[in-house]
Formats: sequence, structure tokens, C-alpha cells
Amino acid sequence: MEIGVVELSRLQFAMTAMYHFLFVPLTLGLSIIVAIMETVYVMTDRPIWRQMTKFWGTLFGINFVLGVATGITMEFQFGMNWSYYSHYVGDVFGAPLAIEGLMAFFLEATFVGLFFFGWEKLSRLQHLAVAWLVAAGSNFSALWILIANGWMQHPVGAEFNPDTMRMEMTSFFDVVFNTVAQAKFVHTVSAGYVTAAVFVLGVSAWYLLKGRHIELARRSIAVAASFGLASALSVVVLGDESGYSAGESQKMKLAAIEAMWETEPAPASFTLFGIPDQEKRETKYAVHIPWVMGLIGTRSLTEEISGINELEQEHVTNIRNGLIAYDALMTIRQDRDQTPPEVRARFEAHSDDLGYALLLKRYVDDPREATDAQIAQAAEDTIPHVWPLFWAFRIMVGLGMLFIGTMAYFFYRANFKQMRFPRPALWVAVWMIPAPWIAAEMGWIVAEYGRQPWTVDGVLPTALSVSHLSVGDLLVTLAGFMIFYTVLFVVEIGLMLKYIRKGPVEDVETTAEWTKRHVRRLSTSGFDPAAESSPAPQPAE
Amino acid sequence: MILFELVPFDLLRVVWWVLLGVLLIGFAMTDGFDMGTGALLPFVARTDIERRVVINTVGPVWEGNQVWFILGGGAIFAAWPPLYAVSFSGFYLAMFAILAALILRPVGFKYRSKREDKRWRNGWDWALFAGGAVPALIFGVAVGNVLQGVPFRLTEDLMPIYEGTFYGKFLGLLNPFALLTGIVSLSMLIMHGAAWLALKTEGDIARRARAYGTMAGLVAIAGFALAGLWLAFGFEGYRLMGQVITDGPSNPRYSEVARDTSWLAAYGARPWILVAPVLGFAGMSMALMKLRGVGEVSALLWSKLGILGVISTVGLTMFPFILPSSIDPKSSLTVWDASSSHMTLFVMLICVIIFMPLILLYTAWVYKVLWGKVTEDDVTSNSNNLY
Repeated sequence: MEIGVVELSRLQFAMTAMYHFLFVPLTLGLSIIVAIMETVYVMTDRPIWRQMTKFWGTLFGINFVLGVATGITMEFQFGMNWSYYSHYVGDVFGAPLAIEGLMAFFLEATFVGLFFFGWEKLSRLQHLAVAWLVAAGSNFSALWILIANGWMQHPVGAEFNPDTMRMEMTSFFDVVFNTVAQAKFVHTVSAGYVTAAVFVLGVSAWYLLKGRHIELARRSIAVAASFGLASALSVVVLGDESGYSAGESQKMKLAAIEAMWETEPAPASFTLFGIPDQEKRETKYAVHIPWVMGLIGTRSLTEEISGINELEQEHVTNIRNGLIAYDALMTIRQDRDQTPPEVRARFEAHSDDLGYALLLKRYVDDPREATDAQIAQAAEDTIPHVWPLFWAFRIMVGLGMLFIGTMAYFFYRANFKQMRFPRPALWVAVWMIPAPWIAAEMGWIVAEYGRQPWTVDGVLPTALSVSHLSVGDLLVTLAGFMIFYTVLFVVEIGLMLKYIRKGPVEDVETTAEWTKRHVRRLSTSGFDPAAESSPAPQPAE
Repeated sequence: MILFELVPFDLLRVVWWVLLGVLLIGFAMTDGFDMGTGALLPFVARTDIERRVVINTVGPVWEGNQVWFILGGGAIFAAWPPLYAVSFSGFYLAMFAILAALILRPVGFKYRSKREDKRWRNGWDWALFAGGAVPALIFGVAVGNVLQGVPFRLTEDLMPIYEGTFYGKFLGLLNPFALLTGIVSLSMLIMHGAAWLALKTEGDIARRARAYGTMAGLVAIAGFALAGLWLAFGFEGYRLMGQVITDGPSNPRYSEVARDTSWLAAYGARPWILVAPVLGFAGMSMALMKLRGVGEVSALLWSKLGILGVISTVGLTMFPFILPSSIDPKSSLTVWDASSSHMTLFVMLICVIIFMPLILLYTAWVYKVLWGKVTEDDVTSNSNNLY
């Protein structure tokens, strides 16, 4: 196995996935915010809400297109760069991906065109339905991709078939209702909603600071703050849920996030800060909060959370059991139908650990010939790099708390302080725009980097999953993606900024006329046009 | 779940082989005209406003159409994992070129008219050209290579291994026969795009589209015929030896394969499959006539039938082979040994039965809503909403 190919493939996957995930969270959340705005428009007939729908819709569109475009790469990269993975788990992993296409991609992609092109061709209710279908499509897509990803983290409902040399599905129900997948879905879409809320909040705050598009900005803040507060709470609460389920299935990841080298007496403490040292297996300058980790990880005061060193020892046992399965597998492959039943039984008893034996393939072609030292090395390989996980997790959680605070503050000002926002607070909102993206990428690192050295936890090692490619092949595509994606990124940011600076362009006349009437009413009646409205002229259809 | 055993494994495999065809054909019929339109863009439309008209004919629909391709990828992954694993990594750099083109295209559509700058727009027009022409060509090249066999073998662990160096692998794809099939594919989709433009535009654009479409149609028909002759005399096809087990485990190495016959032997064994090439020729010829005449809807429909005929010709000729191996025929992937498990095929079929009618229904509704020609007036008067 050429190490170079494995590492380049991982780099390429990480790069393209993280890049794709720059666009996805905003799509998830903005699709819903736009649909909410359009709902208000249809219910109240106020043109300002139509203007808002169209304005945020334009930004949604610019972002959506790159989400779609970079998503194509993801769909094909498994086959291109991870062909053994594709063969080994395609029977299980491919299904949610295909269903994602059937149920979600078609929905969002078919209706997104109509969302932009259908204003003049659809009745208002029809157009509203289209907006919600786009939002539903985006969110369904997240559901199925996270079912696929959840299976990589916690492979249930499948078993190894010696005849076909791959994992095969035994229960579709288990794959779909995988607890890890469900927790991840809610956590991830909520994170997407927060991203969109922070984005809408930040852009609107900038308008308020510049004294532009006041009507649009204030209403947008009201929507963003309430939507964002609910979502930010949900991210943290359900992020905790995902920590709990990790405790069940991915003990090593949890221990690494906590830099918990030794098993502590229950309930374990939470390490707030520290500098993990992988070589010495200790965490320097650690600041502990007693009990908290035990509570999050096990929901009890008595259950222990295993430390890294103990898990490593367990994995040595897993590897030895895996070798028994591997040995039986070789016999089964030789004798096929004539295999003695006791060999089959031996295989089935240990097939859950087969993946651990495959970890040895990095060191020997035939794992059965591995030395004790190689087994110890393979067990050590199951420990991920601790400090990136430790820190990525803490940055993510810290930002999550920040979002709850900010959203709560803006929610309060919007609802109880007549939308009066102090300028410093508005500046904070503007500067906070990149933060949810950082949090989302950190979350990706925790989930996926923390899964190493496995592509499918306990089933298939990453080093074995790659395609039979040369370093040259990978360098060409890696360079291609880098150049291509950088150009697209610059173009997209440029267009986003251009359209944000430009502000709403649609129905300016209609809205202006509407505002003029309101201003006249204001001067005679003393009403605030923002707070009240009367039946407004219909925008020209 | 025992339910899935109600449908026999071999039947499910055939159904999924048909569905694979349906997806590829669905892709070529819908996204095919987007690609054709893209490839024609710089030629049929000369001024900026003309180009915007052309782009906006596909503007609202390309996104949904492209999902046929993405779903095709997903369905191959789910239903034919070995095919997904071998072909996508085997055609590695070609796949990358397709990806690049397909990424360029959505971005081009969306971003082109968002700036006034002339060079900006011109640049994106050529990007759209590449986004249409490159995949259309490569898909055909890939088919040509599949027919000749691809240099891969499967190890005992069923890990795909490819022969050839980096350049050999890439340039090796561009052999004469594959280039011919590439040209068939490209010209067929250009004709399809022209038929679409004849329906959706008027005046100069429609006139030029008909002219280019006619030329492309002639090339496609001649190329298709030539490829058939080449297939008959140029190289050998594959056949399964011994007793064929149709419901065994999906392990390609369990079967024996010989390479000693012509692909066209299939027409002796199953004469009815002649329908496919006949439909291919008839569809393309009729589309050509309608492009020369006045037919609008009919040109597009005939062109769709032609595509159906051409693609099913390839599938039916090769059946049961899906991806033959040129260096180790035993590793060749067939319908009987390269599918997902019985249960996965069943579950996925249920999903298709639920969702496919819905998809067709709402897609049809969207096309109905968007029915009618796109004119220069539409573009100028609605500049902000359109591409």
C-alpha cells in the first residue's frame, strides 16, 4: 500500500468535503428562512416581505449553485478515490445516497429553477409551495447523507459476506434508524439553520449600520433572531445527544476529544482546557470540571468512560479475534461450499472484529503473519491525533455558546425593545458572520478526523479503502480541484458581496410607492410604518 | 425482513439493469439537450441578448435534469457497487474532466449574467460550451472503451487493479473506436440541443440551431452506422462460459468468461433486440427531417427516441456484460455477478417505485408551467429574474 496515495486521497476528500460544507449549511437554513419570509408575504400581502423573499432568495441562489456543483464531486469521489471502500460497503452505504437523489435532489433541483423563474408564471400560493418544496428537498438531502455518514460512524444493520467479500445489508430499518445518524441529522441541520440565521442577522445589521434598507433589515433581524435562537439551542442540546451516542459506539473518539488517557473513576471530569501530549500520553495544564463528562457521556453517575490506554488494550484483543475471523475467511474462500461448519461458526463468532485484522494490512500482506510488535502498532494506530480533536471540539462548543448568547440578545431587543439595536451590538453581528462556518468545519473535523484510522468504524481501515491510483493521478486532480475551487470561491464571494452591496433590486418602485403612502399616513396619524400596514397595492404580476 | 425474497434475485438484477438504462437514457434525454445547447451556445447565438435567450431556455430546467446524472451515480453505487468502484476509479482522469465540466456549467448559468462586463460574459459562454461539449464527448468515449474492455482485474479480495501508467491510462482511452463513439455521442446530443432550441426559440437562433442540428444529426447517423460495422469486424466481444448462475453471490471471479465471439452474436441469440438500433436510426433520421422541415415538438420527441435507441443498443448488445475486462476476462462485471445483495436491490426498488412516479409527475408539471418560447423581450423585460 502506497502511503502517499492514502494520504493524498484523504487530503483531497477532506478538502472537497469541507469546501462543499461551506455552502451546504447556508443552503439548509436560508431555504427555510426564505420560505418563512414568503409565507409571511402570502399571509399578510405586505410587499416588503416579497422584497425580502426575493433579496434573500438571490443570495440563496448564488450559494445554492455552488453547493450543488461541489456536491457532484462528493457523489463521485467515493468511486474515483475510494474504490475498495465503494466495493466493500456499497451495498449498505450506496442505498441512502441513491435515495437522497430520488427523494431530495430531484425535489430541490426541479423546484429551485421554478423558484427563480416562476414568479410571473405561478400563483402566489403555488410559488409559496415551490419555496417550501425547495427547503424540504435540501433538508431531506441532509437526512439521507447523514444516514450514510452515521453508518460510517456506527455501522449497524449489516454483516460481512465471505462470498462477495463485502458488507451486506441485513436490516434497512436499522440503517435508517441508526441512533447516531438521527442525532447527527438534527445536530447538523440545526447548525445549518444557525449559519443562515447568523448570516441574515449579520448582513441586516450591516444595512442598519449603513442606514440602508431599514425596513428589510429590521424585519430580517426579527426573523433571523427567533429562528436562530431556537436553532442554536437545538444545536447544543442535540449536540449533547450526539456526544451521548458517541459514548456508545465510538468510545475512542470521545476519549480523544476529552484527551482522557486513563479511565477515570465515574463520573469522569470534563477537561475545560489543556495541552494534550500524544507521545507522553498526558494532558498538560489541564483544567478539570468534575462530573460533567460522565454526565454528558453516559447520563449516569456510576458508569465509567473508558480512557485511551484502556481502549488501546481492548483493541489488541479485537485484533486477535479479528485474526481468527480472517483465518476462517481464508478457508471459506478456498473451500467455498465445502467449508466445514465449524470454520463457518468460527468465522461468524468473530466476524465483528474482522476489520481489526485488516488494520494489519498496512504492515503485512497476510495479517496472520503479523508479529506481536505489529499488532501493538496496529492497536496504537486506532488512537486518533488527540490535540486537533480536543481543540476543534472546544472551539465548536465555545462558538455554539456564543451563538446562543447573541441570538438571545437580538431576540430580546427585537421583541421587547422595539427593535432598537445599539451600534456595537450590530458590529458584533457583522463580525460574527464567519463564525458559524468555523464552527461547522470544526464539527466536521471532530466527526471525521476523529473516526480515523477507519473509514467505517471497526469495519474497514482507511488505508485499505483507496483506489489503485498513482500519486501522479492524485496530484493532477488535487491541483485541479485546488485551482478550480479557489477561482470559484473568489467568484462566489465577489458576487455575494456585490449583491449584498446592491441590496434588494426587485419591486423598488412598488415598494417605494407603498412606503410613500405609509409616510403620508404617518404624518397624519402618527403611526410607525414599520409596525403597521394596511392593504398595500399588489405588485405588478 | 423476508419480504424481499418474494422477488427472485435474478429478476431484481434484470430490473436494476433496466433501471440503470432508464437513468442513463433519462439523463441523455433531459440533460442531453442542456449539454447540446451549451455546446451550440457560441455558434447559434452571436449577440449578448441572443445568448441570454439561449441560456434561459435551459435556465429553469438544467438543474433538475442534471439530477438524472447524479442519481445515476448514486444508483450505480447502490445497485452495482463493483461497477461504481471499478469504472469511476478506472476512468479516473476522464471522470475528473467530466466533474470539472459539470461544475463549470451550473456556475456558468448562474453567474454569467450577474455582471455586465463583456469579457466576463464571453468567458462564461465558453465555459458553458465546455460544460456541454466535454461531458457529451467523454460519455461516448467511455462507452467505446467499455465495449472494447477496460484494463482492470479484481484481486482475490475483489480489489480493482488497473494496468497501465498514468499517461497510458488517460491517453489509452482516446483510441480510434472510442473517439468514434465519442463523436456519435457528442453529435447526437448537439442534434438534441438543436431540437430543443428549435422548440424554445424563434427567428435567427432557431434557424441557426436547425442548420447546426441537421449537420450534427448527419454525423451522428453516419457515426452510429460506422460504429456498428466496426463492432462487427473490428474486435471481439465477450461471452459467459459454462453454466450461467443468475442468482448466485455477486462475485465476478466466480464466473468464466471467454473472448472469442463478436458482440453482434447477441443479435443471433436474441433477434428482437434489433429493435434498438432500428429505433436509433429511425429516431435520428426523423429528427433530422423535422429539423429540416417545420416540426418543433416532433423534432424533439424523435430525437429523444433516437437517443433511447442508441443507448439501448449498447446495453442490449452487451447483455449480460456491464463492464468487461480486457486484461483478465474472468474479472468482467456482468448483470449476474456485479449487483448489490438481494435485500438492497429490493429495498431500492421499493424506493424507486415510490419516488419515480412522483418525480415524473412534478417534472412534467414544471415543464408545463414553463411551456412556451423564450424571446428577447422576455429576457429584457424580466432581466433581474432571469439568467
